[in-house]
Amino acid sequence: MATQTRPASELGQSLAQQPRRGFFDLLQDWVMTVDHKKIGLMYITYALVFLLVAGVEALLIRIQLFKPNNNFVSPEVFNRLFTMHGTTMVFFVGMPILFGFGNYLIPIMIGARDMAFPRLNAFSFWISAFGGLLLYFSYFAGSGLYGAGTAPDVGWFAYAPLTARVFSPGHSTDYWTLSIFLSGIGSIGTAVNIVATTLCMRCPGMKLSRMPLLVWIYLVTGGLVFVTVSPLTAAQIMLCIDRYLGGHFFDTQAGGSAVLWMHFFWIFGHPEVYILVLPAFAFANEIIPVFSRKAIFGYPAMVAATVGIGFISLSVWAHHMFTVGMGPGPNAFFTFSTMVISVPTGIKIFNWLATLWGGNIHFTVPMKFAIAFLFQFLIAGLTGITLSVSPFDWQLGNSYFVIAHFHYVLVGAILTMIFAAFYYWYPKMTGRMLSDSLGNWHFWLFIIGFHLTFDFMHVPGMLGMPRRIYTYEADRGWAIWNMIVSSGAIFQAIAVLLFAWNLVRSYFKGDLAGPDPWDAWTLEWSTSSPPPSYNFAVTPTVESRRPLWDLKHPEEPDSQYE
Amino acid sequence: MLVWLKLTPVKEHLANCMSSHSMAAQSAHLYIVSAAAILDQPATSIFAPQATPAHSIFSLSLLVLGICASIFLIVGGLLLFTLIRYRHRRGFTVREPAQIYGSTQIELSWTVIPTLIVVVLFLATARTIFVNQSVPQPRSALNVIVIGHQFWWEYRYPKLGIVTANELHVPVSDPRQPTPTYLTMSSADTDHSFWVPRLAGKMDLIPNKVNTMWIDPEASGLYLGQCAQYCGVQHAKMLIRVYADSPAAFAAWIANQKQTAFQDPSASEGRAVFEHNACANCHTISGTSAAGKFGPNLSHVASRATIASGSVPLNAQNLHAFIDDPSQFKPGVLMPAMHLSSHDLDSVTQYLMTLR
Repeated sequence: MATQTRPASELGQSLAQQPRRGFFDLLQDWVMTVDHKKIGLMYITYALVFLLVAGVEALLIRIQLFKPNNNFVSPEVFNRLFTMHGTTMVFFVGMPILFGFGNYLIPIMIGARDMAFPRLNAFSFWISAFGGLLLYFSYFAGSGLYGAGTAPDVGWFAYAPLTARVFSPGHSTDYWTLSIFLSGIGSIGTAVNIVATTLCMRCPGMKLSRMPLLVWIYLVTGGLVFVTVSPLTAAQIMLCIDRYLGGHFFDTQAGGSAVLWMHFFWIFGHPEVYILVLPAFAFANEIIPVFSRKAIFGYPAMVAATVGIGFISLSVWAHHMFTVGMGPGPNAFFTFSTMVISVPTGIKIFNWLATLWGGNIHFTVPMKFAIAFLFQFLIAGLTGITLSVSPFDWQLGNSYFVIAHFHYVLVGAILTMIFAAFYYWYPKMTGRMLSDSLGNWHFWLFIIGFHLTFDFMHVPGMLGMPRRIYTYEADRGWAIWNMIVSSGAIFQAIAVLLFAWNLVRSYFKGDLAGPDPWDAWTLEWSTSSPPPSYNFAVTPTVESRRPLWDLKHPEEPDSQYE
Repeated sequence: MLVWLKLTPVKEHLANCMSSHSMAAQSAHLYIVSAAAILDQPATSIFAPQATPAHSIFSLSLLVLGICASIFLIVGGLLLFTLIRYRHRRGFTVREPAQIYGSTQIELSWTVIPTLIVVVLFLATARTIFVNQSVPQPRSALNVIVIGHQFWWEYRYPKLGIVTANELHVPVSDPRQPTPTYLTMSSADTDHSFWVPRLAGKMDLIPNKVNTMWIDPEASGLYLGQCAQYCGVQHAKMLIRVYADSPAAFAAWIANQKQTAFQDPSASEGRAVFEHNACANCHTISGTSAAGKFGPNLSHVASRATIASGSVPLNAQNLHAFIDDPSQFKPGVLMPAMHLSSHDLDSVTQYLMTLR
């Protein structure tokens, strides 16, 4: 049971009363820190900056596609925009922001004082950050596909042999390769750290079967990162060998295999989707019960489903390759494995539904985002099933239907749940609440924009519009749909700006949160907001999955029922 | 979505009933009809199949979309009901609702039922996969080799000795005497993908790999498509035009393509310009010294409807502008501006326009 919260908050206060320090002290403090909370916040801030950058890239793409035969940007610039948008969003927004929340929350939720390897943690962050900066430095120093220049323009999955020197003679592809390589090293470091922390740093009484679901999911995510980012990183080295040391792994002009790159990329690339979406599930597992005022329904099933998704996700990668000519056998196998993954995913949705059932549902801002997540993820999963049907994928693969589908996952599920996480944990991280009214504006504008953009984006795909084209003919009937899709982007942009303003404004003017503003049940709410650098003055001891529930309901503690 | 699939009949129906309705209903109908007209763009719609592979995918997609839509309605409806039924109400006196931790029976039921749905979906899919990809090639089939280039299509008819570019001609296939076309595909440079939605799903063209697919258009006409795998700067304007010809039209087309390039004495000056400039290094014109393989074969270029891989209609004016500076139509195209004198430009354009 978590006790001894008072001494912790008092110690935190004495820290706050220290005299103000100068800019360089502050800088040194952040650059040299190995505190998991500071590293977590740096991950999150860095990801938010890149979110704005990649968001602007998306807006430029949508302006160009607003009408047929548009000349807003040249094809070279357009190709760079979608390459940078995809690469940035996956490697320098999605991964860091989720690692950031993981870094911040995992130790506090398991009653530890830091990650298992604090210095590896700092190294991982800085090497990933360097990767992101290197990617954007290419705008000043790179040059790309034949006749094109500056930033990478080979697409975010950089299919061979477009990346061979004969087709991308300059250095922009090298900037891409090296930045993915660096980010990969950082990700593997963090993954090792997360796995070690969850396995070794739990406080007394916190058996694996009592670990918050968020931590369970991060454990599986860490394992997945470890297994799948490694082949990607290896493939980047192979590509460098091809480009500079005369290797022929992917160099088809000299007998290499373009399909080999696809396998290397997608054995990373598909589990990557789960690496990104599992933490979104993790946030939902914490937020939905608290605002339904009920324990999560089917905790063991949720853990089993997570582990199941982790394993099955390693066997589905070639569903990205149904049109590569693998033959009927492999097409059937990967169709089946992809369909099977919908079973554990379905279990999760049903368990959330059962958690809501019979509850006392409070529609706070984080809960609104979580509910939007439930509906949007349901749709994303169902369009995923249609795409797993390989003959249907022969039509829809590489069309705007696929773009709509995976943005439904990445924006409709993951980003929406990340917003929920911000509204939920921002008070813990800063000690202040985010503004509710700004939050509601953010929510509704974002939801309207999201649905305008991504619901209607399915249609041009079914009408035959392929992805990655910088313009299109007027006679195909795609124009009206692209116009709707582009106008939705404006709503989303305004919503995200409101959100950014809310983050800044509330830091200075938000209501004070106190240690437990949501009347929640996990350990992070037992310490002050923000927590002191050592998290807990005294290591807590737990006897159930919801230690604060036990504390608040001594007459009916969870430990009686588990 | 299902409504949309049946739009054409709906549209006709609406048009029929319009005359007998009131003004308000009429304007509502007009609105729907115009919405339907926007939706009903069959040029490249996967829901307007015109060949066996596209038909089989279409019918499978109806099953899949039907199942997915039903799941959405059931689960989404349940979710909505739960949110409304169990919302927090003011004056809710009970401090916390009853805590329910789980139920093995319920977990089992929502594991087993989805598994059964998956099995059904998989069996239906497997059937379509094998129907499409394991069909032995009939003797009556036409063979065409498709080679993807940055950023155009090369078509070779090995048994007929024809090489052409960007506009694929195939015979209409009568179901009673099928004459399907089998495409053997590869790439000369980067990855490409051949996608003509109304005829079949897409198939990638990958260097060092040979893929096959087949089409059997059931009606004559023009079928549009485009490259569906990012292949470089001008991926967007690597368009596909498939002409399904009636048997007679197809025979006439073959007879014309088999001939040596037409030699019009009045255009001999343009021919000389072509042969004496770098044009000849990349393009072939049969019966001349031009035998380049890097660019499209131009022996019968004037018999095509378009240039620049389907992106520009062919006429003397466009051709003139294209030769002068190809990148004004396709920035990033690999053909350089040859900087011909305006006299040479005029005569080479005139010459190419004679190559019917």
